[in-house]
Amino acid sequence: MFDADLLLHGQYHDWLLHGLAVSLKLTGLVFVLALPLAVLVALLRLAPVAPLRAAGWFYVEGIRGVPLLAHLLFWYFGAPELLPDGPKEWLYAHDVEFASAAVALTLYTAAYMAEDIRSGIRAVPAVQFEAGRSLGFGFLATMRLVVLPQALRITVPPLLSQTLNLWKDTSIATVVGVGELMYQAARVESASFRSLEAFAFASAAYLTVSLVLTALAAVVQRRWPARQA
Amino acid sequence: MLDLIRDYWLYFLIGQYPQGPLGGLALTLALAALALVLALPLGVVLGVARVSPLRWLRWPVTALVHTVRGLPLLMVIFWAYFFLPAVTGHKTEQFGTMLAALVIFDAVYLAEVVRAGLQGVPHGQFEAARSLGFGYLGAMRLVVLPQALRAMLPSLVNQFVATIKETSLGYIIGLNEISFIAAQVNAQVFTRAAEVYGLLAATYFVLCFGLSRLAWALERRLARGRAPGRVTP
Repeated sequence: MFDADLLLHGQYHDWLLHGLAVSLKLTGLVFVLALPLAVLVALLRLAPVAPLRAAGWFYVEGIRGVPLLAHLLFWYFGAPELLPDGPKEWLYAHDVEFASAAVALTLYTAAYMAEDIRSGIRAVPAVQFEAGRSLGFGFLATMRLVVLPQALRITVPPLLSQTLNLWKDTSIATVVGVGELMYQAARVESASFRSLEAFAFASAAYLTVSLVLTALAAVVQRRWPARQA
Repeated sequence: MLDLIRDYWLYFLIGQYPQGPLGGLALTLALAALALVLALPLGVVLGVARVSPLRWLRWPVTALVHTVRGLPLLMVIFWAYFFLPAVTGHKTEQFGTMLAALVIFDAVYLAEVVRAGLQGVPHGQFEAARSLGFGYLGAMRLVVLPQALRAMLPSLVNQFVATIKETSLGYIIGLNEISFIAAQVNAQVFTRAAEVYGLLAATYFVLCFGLSRLAWALERRLARGRAPGRVTP
């Protein structure tokens, strides 16, 4: 009944592996783009200037109140249409599916990561910040040199579980036709009518990466616990 | 954008109803509410099993929780879509498929909420109940769970928000909830995708943001109720 051979060789094997590679690539790219954006948004939310705090708040609440699917539909169907003709044509000539999925996922993931980083920063005792300021550092220098290094250490486990969410969320890019793992599994299913094998492969792949990330979060938390101030 | 709202607001809200099946925002809300109501008892059972002293009960449930949490919801939907008909013998329509996938997915996430809630109740409460002569299940049901569930209330509202967002994936299997309706409107008006999907995003935002404010208010009320010095609950 279960034809493992289908998964080990041939065209379907290649499609699925290619899909896995695209999913991993999307996860990696979005992680690299979302992390600095998330730090920026977290700092905005803690800034001493009220309009900056409001901007950070609007970003986080605005993004989190809308499903990822709606973000993807907007960035794939809606946003390119707002561009001037030149960039629009250039975009359609290239991989517009992957680009819009990457934009949607980056903005979405950054909103969640920003909240993790913010609570990490808030977990650093306020006296650390005050000590930095009293030594003559400015707001940004105190953050960068004193608070953030301590905060990021606290934030690593929640950031890893946010990365796990990102990994699972890449599956939704299938709706705009990105050839990632879910898309390839559905493609194999419709070409071969072997839904069991195709979905078993995709599930096993998702599960493996997820469990690795979960285990990593547990190890980090145990080996490098947050320092007591 | 205003003419879009004027022409299509009813379609956005209830789909083709009453000429056709119920759809749009009404279906989104009905599906999310039904999924949460069905997932809650299952989540409580799984959550209690997660902290059970019985290994044969705890281990399989823990494995189930880790498996479902490691998979994207979309994967769960695909499994449900292809295997519900095989198991039940007749074709399951989109609503049933989506509901089944959401109930499984939410129950597992709720199980972790219940577990955290149970572990947040001081152990002395459980011991007190046991020393009064209650059995394990009696102590759980009458003493520990009511306290845990009360503490979980804000998390439940947040889970409802998450479920509303999850129903959007019904789009992929052609369930005519609000995202799917938006795609159909987009196909009719053409070249105005930014407005149509902007409208969709705004609708979700109003709904989800409002509900998460409610969760926040509940959390504050519960925190006040548990202020030190209060003897009776």
